Amino acid sequence: MQRILNDPDNIVDEMLEGFLKAHTDLVEKTEHSRVVKAKGIKTDKVGVVTGGGSGHKPAFIGYLGENMCDAVAVGEIFSSPTADAFLQAFKAADQGQGVACLYGNYSGDNMNVKMAAKMAAKQGITVKTVVANDDVASAPKEQREKRRGVAGEILMWKAGGARAALGGTLDEVIESAQKAIDHTRSVGIGLSSCTLPAVGHPNFEIKDGTMEVGIGHHGEPGIAVCPLETAAEMAGRMVDVIVPDYPFTAGDEIVALVSGLGATPMMELYVVYNEVEKLLQEKGIKIYKAYVGNYFTSLEMMGVTLSIMKLDDELKELIDMPVNTMGLKQI
Amino acid sequence: MAGFQNSKGKSVLLKMVKGIQENKAYLGEIDGLIGDGDHGMNMNKGFTLFEKRYADKDLGFTEGLYELGSILFTEIGGSMGPIYGTVFMDTASAGENLEEITVKDLADMLAAGLDGLEEIVEARVGDKTLMDTISPAVDSLLESAESGRGFDEALPRMKEAARKGRDSTKDMVAKFGRASRLGERSRGALDAAAVSCCIILENMADGILEMLLP
Repeated sequence: MQRILNDPDNIVDEMLEGFLKAHTDLVEKTEHSRVVKAKGIKTDKVGVVTGGGSGHKPAFIGYLGENMCDAVAVGEIFSSPTADAFLQAFKAADQGQGVACLYGNYSGDNMNVKMAAKMAAKQGITVKTVVANDDVASAPKEQREKRRGVAGEILMWKAGGARAALGGTLDEVIESAQKAIDHTRSVGIGLSSCTLPAVGHPNFEIKDGTMEVGIGHHGEPGIAVCPLETAAEMAGRMVDVIVPDYPFTAGDEIVALVSGLGATPMMELYVVYNEVEKLLQEKGIKIYKAYVGNYFTSLEMMGVTLSIMKLDDELKELIDMPVNTMGLKQI
Repeated sequence: MAGFQNSKGKSVLLKMVKGIQENKAYLGEIDGLIGDGDHGMNMNKGFTLFEKRYADKDLGFTEGLYELGSILFTEIGGSMGPIYGTVFMDTASAGENLEEITVKDLADMLAAGLDGLEEIVEARVGDKTLMDTISPAVDSLLESAESGRGFDEALPRMKEAARKGRDSTKDMVAKFGRASRLGERSRGALDAAAVSCCIILENMADGILEMLLP
């Protein structure tokens, strides 16, 4: 294992310490060692919280900041934060107007958020949730509620965070975040596995010369394993999975988000984006805004995800709002 | 054989803690075959936290079991925190007012824990999870209660049912959790949580039997 570590068991704590030191202008610590909050949260707004396992940088703490998330619960690598961490994140974000918890559809997160929301209610904090399920490959369309949340979560936080910053009520924030994720579809392709430092061997296997279409953010099985293809073919596969699922059609204006999974060089992400753009243009789908970068990763997995969100006037306004976080800056 | 005193049940909980501590490496090893490899580490962390926090405090069986569940739920996270947390807290809640716990009481309490678990997870018997251990163990205890057996007969039967359930996961294909990604390849390995659940139930049974020794 070629990795930069001290004690693998302390990696999450050491990462958090470093993150807090590096981004003093954006974030600050809380009384809970696994809860980080945005610096200078405005006092007259709905709180926006998310959380999840570690290993997905910039997600989740990288999206703390003005007009996005207010507090984040941090878990062990690929493992849900505790109910207590979610509860403390709710408390850190609550300004008396309630908290929108916008997170991804994973069994551990579902259980811990549910429990934390119950405990928060007892303490007088109203928590409502939106559960992201943008990963098309994780379940058939008829079972959309079973689909996992992946990189589309960023667009959900962007929309929900912007709505909260604009003074939206809790119900309005929930509605905007739900709308964002309902209009978003994602799929990933994995080219290599990833290794949890404390375990020391790859978490699963993708053989050299092959790729897995529809792989999840923790190596959950995809829909097809096939020989490694060109960037154009990969873009074609991803577009073919998500465009008919929503379905996105000619005339639609969309956001396209291409994210690396951790070990993919940025230049290759642009090569994929170039192909995606061509394919969407052929279909008459207009890219209103594009994001290309390492926005939601899986340790050192090689691979890429594509997320597409259909816009309307409201979502355009929310996506266009400036944002200042470690993972996403927009003037 | 009558019941055991709820207020004297701390020794049973400490026996369960010891069982997990002694099997930390073993659980990690089994989990590493088809899962993340962190099961022993996580379970040990939660159970040891409980042991340390209540080292000098008097605790009854249900009171302590609730605290143990609460620590797992609020401080361990992942999926195992809420899963074992729910089982323990719901089991404890169902018996919190009891002074003496009989076979029938314990059976009803564990059945309540299993009900709580079924509410939060989709997995059922046959899916290669801890459900394959706890479900037959609860059935066995309920059956013993109905037949009027005392703990001396009921608990060895429950242990046997739990062990059979644990071993049955070996030939199953995982449908939930990280192991499900392996599909057919998950066959041949035990489910780590089915093993830890068996360790917990066996030590609970042994702890109760030791307490009831004349």
